[in-house]
Amino acid sequence: MRKILLGLMLGILSTTGYAAAPSGNLMDAQVDVSDQGSLQRGAKLFANNCMGCHSAKYVRWNALPEPLGVSMEMVEDNLIYGAYQAGDTINAAMRSEDGAEWFGAAPPDLSLTARARGADWVYTYLNSFYRDPDASIGWNNKLLANSSMPHVLWRLQGVPEAEYEDTANGVQVAGIRVPDAQQGMLSTAEYHQATRDITNYMAFMAEPVRAKRQEIGVWVIGFLVIFTGLAYLMKREYWRDIH
Amino acid sequence: MSEATTKAQGGLLGWVDARFPLTKMWNEHVGEYYAPKNFNFWYYFGALSLFVLVNQLLTGIWLTMNYNPSAAGAFDSVEYIMRDVEWGWLIRYMHSTGASAFFVVVYLHMFRALLYGSYQKPRELIWIFGMIIYLVLMAEAFMGYMLPWGQMSYWGAQVIISLFGAIPIVGEQLALWIRGDFNISGVTLNRFFALHVVALPLALVGLVVFHILALHEVGSNNPDGVNIKDHKTKDGKPKDGIPFHPYYTVKDTFGLGVFLIFFSAVVFFAPEMGGLFLEPPNFQPANPLQTPEHIAPVWYFTAFYSILRAIPDKFGGVLAMGSAIFLLFLLPWIDRGKVRSIRYRGLGHKVALGLFAVAFVCLSYLGLKAPSNVYFGLTVTTWAQIWTMVYFGFFAFLFAYTAFGFERTKPVPERVTE
Repeated sequence: MRKILLGLMLGILSTTGYAAAPSGNLMDAQVDVSDQGSLQRGAKLFANNCMGCHSAKYVRWNALPEPLGVSMEMVEDNLIYGAYQAGDTINAAMRSEDGAEWFGAAPPDLSLTARARGADWVYTYLNSFYRDPDASIGWNNKLLANSSMPHVLWRLQGVPEAEYEDTANGVQVAGIRVPDAQQGMLSTAEYHQATRDITNYMAFMAEPVRAKRQEIGVWVIGFLVIFTGLAYLMKREYWRDIH
Repeated sequence: MSEATTKAQGGLLGWVDARFPLTKMWNEHVGEYYAPKNFNFWYYFGALSLFVLVNQLLTGIWLTMNYNPSAAGAFDSVEYIMRDVEWGWLIRYMHSTGASAFFVVVYLHMFRALLYGSYQKPRELIWIFGMIIYLVLMAEAFMGYMLPWGQMSYWGAQVIISLFGAIPIVGEQLALWIRGDFNISGVTLNRFFALHVVALPLALVGLVVFHILALHEVGSNNPDGVNIKDHKTKDGKPKDGIPFHPYYTVKDTFGLGVFLIFFSAVVFFAPEMGGLFLEPPNFQPANPLQTPEHIAPVWYFTAFYSILRAIPDKFGGVLAMGSAIFLLFLLPWIDRGKVRSIRYRGLGHKVALGLFAVAFVCLSYLGLKAPSNVYFGLTVTTWAQIWTMVYFGFFAFLFAYTAFGFERTKPVPERVTE
């Protein structure tokens, strides 16, 4: 019976590990929603670069201060552009219909993207843009070909160029590189960090309670281990007169 | 309990007992219900199923308080529960994890019955009630999975309901009648909500009562498969039996603790269970115009889904899937063996039951994968066909093996062995 229990426990752990590991050719975002510094930087980057077109309609502004470890005043001063009323959610500055007209597809709401696509997908996506003169918006994405989103973060990363390769299926993008003459404000490592912060913040928005539930979970399981130990002693005491 | 002692009771309990069989019922089903003393690991899962049922009922009631059963509001209301309702996330994760946990414990509970022949005479009706519970549970889980109104809710339901359309002549009408619309729509969502929160839970609770009443009428089986009522003490108690309370209540309390550790590990640290319990596409609202890349039912249905996909013909597949479940109903009559427990049965049965379990697990795994995936040089479809044959082969073998006297059993002991 102990073997069975151990096997089950290992089974659960391995599934959890599997979920966290990057699948396929995705980069590992190393999401840590308890890293408040990363969440704060991510929130700032999100407000400056994403909110123009994308909403996060399930996320209320006043749900941010506690998990991010900041005051509501700081949220109002640094993240919210325009009028704010208690209970407001994160809206895009642009109207959805305009987005559909300008980019060919309305920019999707980003509340749950990190859960629907996976955080590693988001991180990889943000690192897969390249300049493409043939595309109508001038940009393309290696992860999501012909994506209608331009490379919004180009000032940070620079202008990445694709390295093409002839394959059996025609010309394909083999790699992406930012030429020396087209460097942005951030180094490669800094850009990885910035996109990781955005990803982290989006993982937080997709499930705001994630850090808290893990924190509570430790206590719950701690209690249950003690409870089960006592229950075992009680069972043994009662069963002394059987056998 | 004799009438004399009942009357001797004073106080509130005596007052109630004179008007309602409270003490009598307690004694019959708990205090003086004699269960075999040699229950092992496999015997935890009945009580755990009951616990998970209560968990689903309670968390379900609280979810209902904030859920909005409409095509326009369902998805939003689930996110509202996850974010804005106090402890809503915990209630929802307990419910979603509970759904999968329900199938885990029920599958183990059913496998226990296969191991120790608990479906054999005189427990055929317990088994039948149990199978009906399993069937209702599948309907309950299927309808519940639609309620969050995500992409997988929508398309999973679309695929499963369209299976009814494969039935000749009445199929299309039947599918239309179930959906209440030409496509899955808010109409379907509303009726599934009604069935999920009222009709099916009522049926489940009633069936569980029948299941337990039938069990207590004939008495519990045990890992040796011997009848403990054959050997009684002078005052009519089974020599190898012990009162359910306190012995099994304390033992099950320990088992519950262990179960809750696993359950909480999922709820607090892996509520999506790597996409098995909550599938990633279900975090996108239902979109009738966009089919997800890969539609798979939740893990607890995938064994049958594999069988369905293994048959090239759609109606043939539906028939195979239906008979995979229906054959289980007939198990007490397919198995003609006189020995219950695996411990004393022939080698052939041990191997066959082992293969059956492996087939179920493999089919479950294959059902999650795209049909064109390749393992060891064979596609998922080919593997599913192989394991489907093993699955059905088990029943054919079991009948032939036991009905024509091929089985060489070991002598069954008179009394329980532990």
